[in-house]
Amino acid sequence: MRHGGWAGAHRIGPPPSGGKPQGSRLRSALDTEYDDDVLGAPYDARVMKRLPKYMAPVKGWLALSTVGILIRSAASLAIPYLVGITIDRFIQTHELAGLNIMVATFVAANLLVWGGHYIETLYLAYAGETILFRLRTEMFDHLHRQSLSFFDHNKVGKLMSRVQNDITQVQELLTNGIVGVVTNSLYLIAIAIVMISLNTQLALLTLITVPILGIVMVVWQRYARRAFLKARQAIAVVNDQLQEGIAGVRVTQSMSRERANLQQFDDVNRANLNANVGAAKLQAIMIPTVDILTNVAFGLVLIVGGSQVLTGTIGVGILLSFLLYIQRFFTPVQEMAMLYTELQRGMASGTRILELLDVQPGIVDSPKAIELPPIKGEIQFHDVSFAYDPKAETLHGIDLKINPGETIAIIGRTGAGKSSLMNLLARFYEIEKGKITIDGYDIRSVTQQSLRRQIGLVPQDPFLFSGTIEDNIRYGHPNVSHEDMVNAARTAGAHDFIIHLEEGYSTPVGERGGNLSSGQLQMVCLARAILANPPILILDEATSSVDTTTEQIMQHSLRHLAKGRTCLIIAHRLSTISHADRIITLEHGKIVETGTHQELLAKRGLYYQMFGAFRANDMKPKPTTY
Amino acid sequence: MRVLLRLIIFAKKYWGKLTLAFLCLLASTVFSLVVPRMLGQSIDVILTSGDRNFLLIAAAVVVSASVLRGLAGYGNTYLTQVVSQETSYDIKNALFERLQRLSFAYYDKAQTGQLMSRATVDVEAVRMFFGMGLLGITQTLILFAAITLILITLDWKLALMSLSFMPVIAWRTIDVGRRLAPIWLNIQQVIASLGTTLQESLTGARVVKAFTYQPGESQKFVTDARALYNTEIDAARQIAINMPLMTFFLSLPTALILWYGGHQVSAGDLTIGNLTQFVLYLGLLSMPVRRLGFLINNLSRVASAGQRILEILDAESQIEENPRAIQLGKVKGQITFDNVGFSYNSMSPTLKNITFTVQPGQLVALLGGSGSGKSTIANLIPRFYDVSAGRIMIDGTDIRDTTLASLRKNVGIVQQDIFLFSATIRDNIAYGAIDASMADIITATRAAHLHDFVVSLPEGYNTWVGERGITLSGGERQRLSIARTLLVNPGILILDDSTSSVDAETERRIRQALNKLIKGRTTFIITHRLPIIKNADLILILKNGEIMEMGKHSELMALNGLYHQIYQAQLAVSEGKELVEE
Repeated sequence: MRHGGWAGAHRIGPPPSGGKPQGSRLRSALDTEYDDDVLGAPYDARVMKRLPKYMAPVKGWLALSTVGILIRSAASLAIPYLVGITIDRFIQTHELAGLNIMVATFVAANLLVWGGHYIETLYLAYAGETILFRLRTEMFDHLHRQSLSFFDHNKVGKLMSRVQNDITQVQELLTNGIVGVVTNSLYLIAIAIVMISLNTQLALLTLITVPILGIVMVVWQRYARRAFLKARQAIAVVNDQLQEGIAGVRVTQSMSRERANLQQFDDVNRANLNANVGAAKLQAIMIPTVDILTNVAFGLVLIVGGSQVLTGTIGVGILLSFLLYIQRFFTPVQEMAMLYTELQRGMASGTRILELLDVQPGIVDSPKAIELPPIKGEIQFHDVSFAYDPKAETLHGIDLKINPGETIAIIGRTGAGKSSLMNLLARFYEIEKGKITIDGYDIRSVTQQSLRRQIGLVPQDPFLFSGTIEDNIRYGHPNVSHEDMVNAARTAGAHDFIIHLEEGYSTPVGERGGNLSSGQLQMVCLARAILANPPILILDEATSSVDTTTEQIMQHSLRHLAKGRTCLIIAHRLSTISHADRIITLEHGKIVETGTHQELLAKRGLYYQMFGAFRANDMKPKPTTY
Repeated sequence: MRVLLRLIIFAKKYWGKLTLAFLCLLASTVFSLVVPRMLGQSIDVILTSGDRNFLLIAAAVVVSASVLRGLAGYGNTYLTQVVSQETSYDIKNALFERLQRLSFAYYDKAQTGQLMSRATVDVEAVRMFFGMGLLGITQTLILFAAITLILITLDWKLALMSLSFMPVIAWRTIDVGRRLAPIWLNIQQVIASLGTTLQESLTGARVVKAFTYQPGESQKFVTDARALYNTEIDAARQIAINMPLMTFFLSLPTALILWYGGHQVSAGDLTIGNLTQFVLYLGLLSMPVRRLGFLINNLSRVASAGQRILEILDAESQIEENPRAIQLGKVKGQITFDNVGFSYNSMSPTLKNITFTVQPGQLVALLGGSGSGKSTIANLIPRFYDVSAGRIMIDGTDIRDTTLASLRKNVGIVQQDIFLFSATIRDNIAYGAIDASMADIITATRAAHLHDFVVSLPEGYNTWVGERGITLSGGERQRLSIARTLLVNPGILILDDSTSSVDAETERRIRQALNKLIKGRTTFIITHRLPIIKNADLILILKNGEIMEMGKHSELMALNGLYHQIYQAQLAVSEGKELVEE
């Protein structure tokens, strides 16, 4: 239904990409089934180049947390040495006074670790959360600057996942990722230097294990990536099935298909299980490997270092220091391996986020745009042409003048361009050719805000926000009095049903409008437009779902409402149409007839045909072959 | 705690693997304990006898112990992962099954997003608990007990001194967890709220623009985003101060050992090797103790996630099958409402004293304003809701005495709001009749006047619709839904046809399809279309949940009451009587 009246009969295949920027669908991951498919390089220059912009506002915090990291690393590097020295120089030599000082130094070093770690964690959080906050709000505002064609081409679910998941990934990249790589590398280098300066031979023995670990990692990565990707895809399929199972449960139950669905779900669920078990097989390798290598290093150092102690080259304390250094050495190596995947994902997310941020809004206020002053409501279309898709024009050469206060009905078949005409007036889309003026102002020469504030639109599919009914009627005008709000509801014919609800105007509505029928939803939307009190009112099949009694009430109010404003009405019901001052029939994007009800009937053209068709195909029992 | 126990029961059937995982865990713990001992003893050997051979043996023991430990650790990690994945598989299946069975009343209140987050995020939290938490806690406890024992045998005074810090650490951990729990909860709520704001403002972008309310939406979003920022920072403050503090606390016993142990060594009461063992064993404890803190913190999260999962699993469907329910065969289609009353909530009744009988093959038109109870009557027949009073009978059998599946196979519904699944057109049409042949599918589609459209698509019946496929117009959806119902071929049909937002052309096609559908079935139709109403065998005029008038068109016109009024109004609205007369 979403596209029904807006973009032509139906859209087959993916919407056209490329073409004009305002309608372009986002490339890359938005088109793939699952965003996580993209497992690219852990370093992407195009992304990296633009990251400083987001890190700049928090560079103070990042610097502070780096200071914290340096303090923590330096202090924690000192600790094994302190232990070794304590044993060699003070315990073995019975210098108990020195022992006290050494132990105090040891505690002090640990206090520094604490302090450093505290600074690091806190300021990294400040930096990370600030980046998140900025990116989120920037993205939100950016999305809302986009014209409607952007939303026609990009599904909300995908956009949501960008704002939620991708932004978090990018934040991780900016904080933990980059900071992690830098500090872990520094830590590794520092620890290597300390070990070498303590004892070159033992240090080299320990470092031998690093290339082995490196090779294991590289091989492991190759298999693990594939396995993890498979697991992620499998879970995405499970989630899709779940979502459909929940959203479509009413159909499922009415067709008694529970058992078949369960079977289907079990299949994908089991596939997910298998993929994850496969991934677990690989995942479980990493820690034991690092562990074994650590102990191999222990063994080597024990043999060689032990001999050195025996020959008196080093003290036994230094041997112990080495053992403790080895314990610390492998932690950053392991973390770096984990970071690799994180970086990959961060870069992929970064690419997607930047791509989205680079989409230019299709419609922007001209730099010289003025505020549209309060209008009388004279509308003119001058030779207006428009296309959603450059290959197929939707409206051709529309010339139309509407006088202030006039009520115009627009009719035509599905896909004739009725809704498009309305969309252009509110400048939801940009015209290709010609111009539209209101009271003589070209709508492109005024700000979108001031233009839309004077146009009330009741769309085809009623949309409510979560909140109370009152919140929804007040939407866009939170400060009007309760009385005015109720009056608007009354005019829309909604008051009676609302006061019969358990909580009246405070009844919460949300997803799918709660328990309201589609007719009731339409009434609430109409009330919302009435409250806005605009000089131009557009009703796009605004009363199509209400029952006849209510429609009569609504029609009555609408006629009252139409006084003193310009009204444009799209409808299929004759009762709505026949009260219009003028009727316009559209066909294939062109105006074919204009006139009053009587005049058009007399013409025996499209108008007559359409309502003739209405008559001729009443439901009569016919012989059927089915 | 009860929640956790119930969750553990889910893993019960994998006790074999769990036992094996536990044995592996035990083995890997024991092997890991060998290393500090060997290193410590080596140091003593170096300092005393200087036996080089012992060094070689010690190194060999260290390496082989670590290899064995690696193998056992692999077994443990792998098996635990497998059990956790299998448990999550079971939980998901159980959830899906329950969700498929819960009644409409449940879904009236539930939100898809909420249910999804329970079935995904919460299940994952529980899985992690099985994957890491359960055995992680066990491992820490075993390790702690074993190291305590070893240290006491080495030097009980030193052991008690160094271990005295552990209760403090444990207490701190739990205390911090308690303080973080409400913050985590808060974070989750704010994230959910942020998500809702985002989703709604994007879905309703047209409305936002039309009412030029971007600043308002932006304000809402920024408020949420700021709230999230503040709570995350709250959490970060707690974590930043407390987590490093744990590490610091753990270093204190080492300091104590160095100091007191140093004095003892100097006095000759302790060897340097044993001192080393103390230092290394305490080092071995540092990781698990810190992890224990994390795991305990996590318990409350897991418990609340588990709670939310169990809420779904424990939800009783309001529609329960009678244990002695019979299979309803192919029905003739006589339907009786016997003094039926119904209410969605206990507050206000939606239907009162509804009594009428429909003969097989008859057409019933339901008329009334919004909220008069038309749709409710339609929903009661396939037992989407149960009546609160009275009974409904099909061919003389109370529908509560039949199995749900056999009842619903006999009742077809074409809803107003048509849901299509992300699948091919063919799969959507065959949704209720999986075994239907292609020929049957085409016949039904043709009867629904949709076949020509389908074959005009490049991929024909294999074209995908729904989220990732093409978008169908309202009329096409309606006809697809008609084809879907035709294929099931039910004896009773319910049509919610109150939408009229289609042009005359589309309307004509839908009407032709409807004609075919109605023929030979007992049909309830909610509609504004006068020709159908006039042809109905029974017209029910509803107002505020009661039948005001019922009968045939001619009878009701003669009453000159409500129907007469509605008829006149309807005529004026949808038909264009004027048009005919001109």
